[in-house]
Amino acid sequence: MKLEKWSDFPLGGNIKDPGNSIENDMSGWRSERPIIDLEKCVRCRICWTYCPEGAILELDKEYKTSSGRVYKVTYAVDYQHCKGCGICANECPVKAIQMVPEEVSIK
Amino acid sequence: MISEKKLNSKQRKGEVKPLNSNEAVAEAVKDADVDVVAAYPITPQTIVVETLAELIGNGELNAEMIHVESEHSALSAVIGASAVGARVFTATASQGLALMHEVLHITSGLRLPVVMSVAMRALSAPISIFNDQSDIMNQRNTGWITIIASSAQEAYDSILQAYKIAENPKVLLPVMVSYDGYVLSHTIERVETVGKSVVEEYIPKKVTWNTLDVKDPITMGTITSPEYYYEFKYAQERALEESLSVIKSADEEFERLYGRSYGIIEGYKIEDAEVALLATSSYYTNLKVATDLARKEGLKVGTIKLRVFRPFPREELYSMIKDLQVLGVIDRAIAFGQKPSGPIANDIASALQYKKDKPIIQSIIAGIGQRRMLIEDFVKLYRMLVKNMNEKKFYEESIFYGVKGIEF
Ligand code: SF4
Ligand code: SF4
Repeated sequence: MKLEKWSDFPLGGNIKDPGNSIENDMSGWRSERPIIDLEKCVRCRICWTYCPEGAILELDKEYKTSSGRVYKVTYAVDYQHCKGCGICANECPVKAIQMVPEEVSIK
Repeated sequence: MISEKKLNSKQRKGEVKPLNSNEAVAEAVKDADVDVVAAYPITPQTIVVETLAELIGNGELNAEMIHVESEHSALSAVIGASAVGARVFTATASQGLALMHEVLHITSGLRLPVVMSVAMRALSAPISIFNDQSDIMNQRNTGWITIIASSAQEAYDSILQAYKIAENPKVLLPVMVSYDGYVLSHTIERVETVGKSVVEEYIPKKVTWNTLDVKDPITMGTITSPEYYYEFKYAQERALEESLSVIKSADEEFERLYGRSYGIIEGYKIEDAEVALLATSSYYTNLKVATDLARKEGLKVGTIKLRVFRPFPREELYSMIKDLQVLGVIDRAIAFGQKPSGPIANDIASALQYKKDKPIIQSIIAGIGQRRMLIEDFVKLYRMLVKNMNEKKFYEESIFYGVKGIEF
């Protein structure tokens, strides 16, 4: 849902379609964003547990590291809901998550 | 202006009652068939709540009275009731209004048609239970429509008009109806009431706003990100600006039905005046007498009553004052640290800044903490303003009229 003009906005900030928070865009809160280094990540799931926004995604996607190790899952960030609090980066035991300034584009 | 026109056969002839402004407000709340009342008693408003408790107690008003522990809770409670579609009312004054401050913003932000009366009173410290207008002037940026009534009759009529305005789908903003503490809140006047039929003909009960309903759920009081908040505030500002025409038509329809109307601002002997004094609420009546006395001395003076304070009626005011030489603006509150120090004088000065022909604005502060202002004080002010006009002598700063140790 994208609201373009002030007159498109619902009166008093009421939300008429409850349960729509999945569509909310929280990215405006961030000054820094987390970037997961999938080479370093040991798939311990600690970031997934700690993220207060449920913004760490556990994807059923195989990943093969450069040294040939195969993981069944891949961790990624849902940037529409990540608020940039940095908890995941702080909790990651192998320091696989780095917080980078929001202006720096990610590849 | 209270119209003197004869009522036609269709117009309702009311019942005349001796009421002070507080009782007149309670009477109007009863006639508006309000569903929920929550209020905390504070001097000089207490009579409103006492009377309503009595009316509810003896079955004249079928409403829920919520006993709360503070004004903050009183307004919060009526917000909740309004959010489920109830017609609601609360009343306050002074410190109580100040305590409501954050909830005042929430009411207008949620776009709920809450109606409240304020028996205006000074603010602490030092404690003063007496009248001035510091309380409502401190709330002027909260997004509430603010009407200042100048008699018990006008207080009664304005409460009924307030529901008409607030519940209009083009507005959906809260309305504050204020009147001078003691001078009006405790003085008995002749009041013509229109009775409960007002609900059928003037303010039929219809929920025009979004409500919490289990069958059609919505979320209220949401949080917004920096990308969205600004637009809601802009929408609020637009609704407040555009409410002026609704306020006018509510007053006109009231006149058609009941034969009384007040307009946005009112002038007395203003057409050929060179100098005028502008005031609010109870000062207006004495100013009219002072105008007559000053006219007998040959002074070409007139007076203006400001009734709608928010939205500020810039164009209506300008068309009334543009041919004056000098406009003295009497404020009963101090905008601390600002020059001039009168909040209404400031509003007028900024409203006129792009106008070519405009009078000199002389800010006057008077009546702080109910310091007595007699008719002869107003005549003195007229003489002073005429003298200043002739000598081309004006003060950028406010004249603090009546302060011990300052002579005028
Ligand atoms: S920065 Fe905070 S919100 Fe974003 S993914 Fe990490 S823990 Fe979750
Ligand atoms: S906490 Fe670190 S190592 Fe564990 S899953 Fe998250 S990114 Fe990978």
